[in-house]
Amino acid sequence: MDYMLLFYEPKTDFDVRKDEAASQAYWAGWMAYVGAIQGAGIMKSGEGLQDAATATTLRMAGGKRHVQDGPFADTKEQLGGFFVIDVPDLDTALVWASRAPCASTGGVEVRPVLPPHSMPA
Amino acid sequence: MAAAEVVAEGAAAVARGSYGRLIAFLAARSHDIAGAEDALGDAFAAALVRWPLDGVPDAPEAWLLTAARRRLNDAWRHGRVAEAAEPTLRLLFDELVEDDDTASFPDERLKLMFVCAHPAIDAPARPALMLQTVLGLDAARIAAAFLVAPAALSQRLVRAKNKIRAAGIAFEVPAADEWPERLADVLEAIYAAYGTGWDDVAGADPQKSGLALEALDLASTLARLLPEAAEAWGLLALLAFCQSRASARRGVDGAYVPLDHQDTSRWDADLLRIAEAALQRAAALGRLGPYQLEAAIQSAHTQRCLGRVVPGEAIVALYDALVGVQPTLGAQVSRASAIGAVHGAEAGLAALRAIDDKALRAYQPYWAVLAHLEAAAGRPTQAQAASERAIGLASDPAVRAFLARR
Repeated sequence: MDYMLLFYEPKTDFDVRKDEAASQAYWAGWMAYVGAIQGAGIMKSGEGLQDAATATTLRMAGGKRHVQDGPFADTKEQLGGFFVIDVPDLDTALVWASRAPCASTGGVEVRPVLPPHSMPA
Repeated sequence: MAAAEVVAEGAAAVARGSYGRLIAFLAARSHDIAGAEDALGDAFAAALVRWPLDGVPDAPEAWLLTAARRRLNDAWRHGRVAEAAEPTLRLLFDELVEDDDTASFPDERLKLMFVCAHPAIDAPARPALMLQTVLGLDAARIAAAFLVAPAALSQRLVRAKNKIRAAGIAFEVPAADEWPERLADVLEAIYAAYGTGWDDVAGADPQKSGLALEALDLASTLARLLPEAAEAWGLLALLAFCQSRASARRGVDGAYVPLDHQDTSRWDADLLRIAEAALQRAAALGRLGPYQLEAAIQSAHTQRCLGRVVPGEAIVALYDALVGVQPTLGAQVSRASAIGAVHGAEAGLAALRAIDDKALRAYQPYWAVLAHLEAAAGRPTQAQAASERAIGLASDPAVRAFLARR
């Protein structure tokens, strides 16, 4: 079954990315995590995202377009990336979520991916 | 302290000490664990109202038991209980009429433990069921310790309790012919409740040991209820050994400290004494088993705190015996590590390579041991690759930092 792991990171994590010296350990942690997921043969897809400050959010209300700078919700932790993994059950997905570097700094949301047949053709 | 607080503390103390005994006693008659929990919950709520007014009763357990039985009786009269449960409930209340002397009641927690670890119950639900019914832990805490979704755990617990009632699982200590297997299930559930599982005896992760003391409590309860069961003492010894080192697993700076570098003065001397005594008691019964072997390995490692050299050869021999009776992934990887320490890196690597299990790909200790042995064998590139896998599979930041440093 496919689960999406959504990685939420605090501002401090995003700041570390910009610091050349400190970012090495940060990226090494993520590379090791990606390597472990690939090594286990469960990776379906995934991407890392740029800082939430680079986001732009659009809403349509009453035929009017509202475009604003910044992410959809102004929360303490922001989406920093996502993977889709193929594992037998939620318990296994939670184990993989617990291994994410951001599990101890921000958090990981685990959501089952909608199966293809539930979408209209 | 205000009177209400005194009462609340009194009720909490009774709850800690007798929750399991009360649930076991009620459920052994009705076979309805959920009903017993509801009734006892109501009884505690009533106590918090009545005791501040009337004072804490002389026999608080008996008071709670009577109140809980009254609740069960009401539930039954108002038809809120499934038809199927009616005959057993009738028996319960017939008994209630005959025997209102509840000042002392038998300890039936052993029966409850056997019910919780019954083969008809889904194996992953067993430890959680035992922690909830015998110790009264709440589901949210159990879910966090087992790393499962709280909603999923609650569903599993409800399903398990329904199954016990609907299938009429007997509240009894099993007969001699099924005894060894059923006891093994109870021991396994308690070991899983310790939160480290077979795979992580070294107990690197303090978060996972969130229920460690509770599991230790279950193990010591079981050993006292079954003094002739060698493996029950073996399990108690094993858990006490692991727990004795709990605080030494981290340095003052919070960094991970491997077993052979731990400051032995930070090992808990009381728990070590309990562990050694339990292991000796098990040995005196003359029936060796995997928990005793695991405990003996732990005991060998503690030689260091007596200023002696850790007996590596003996540890390898114990792992050989353990793998012989229980070839789990954890035991095989630990054996390879022990061989590496005694006979050199190449011998350890040969033992590692001999393990044939697809689960190795996501088994963190395998990659950590592989990295260590490859480095010792003078192959830094292979060591580096294995170490990266071990880091990616670790969920503990302190362990990740330790591996990255190495």
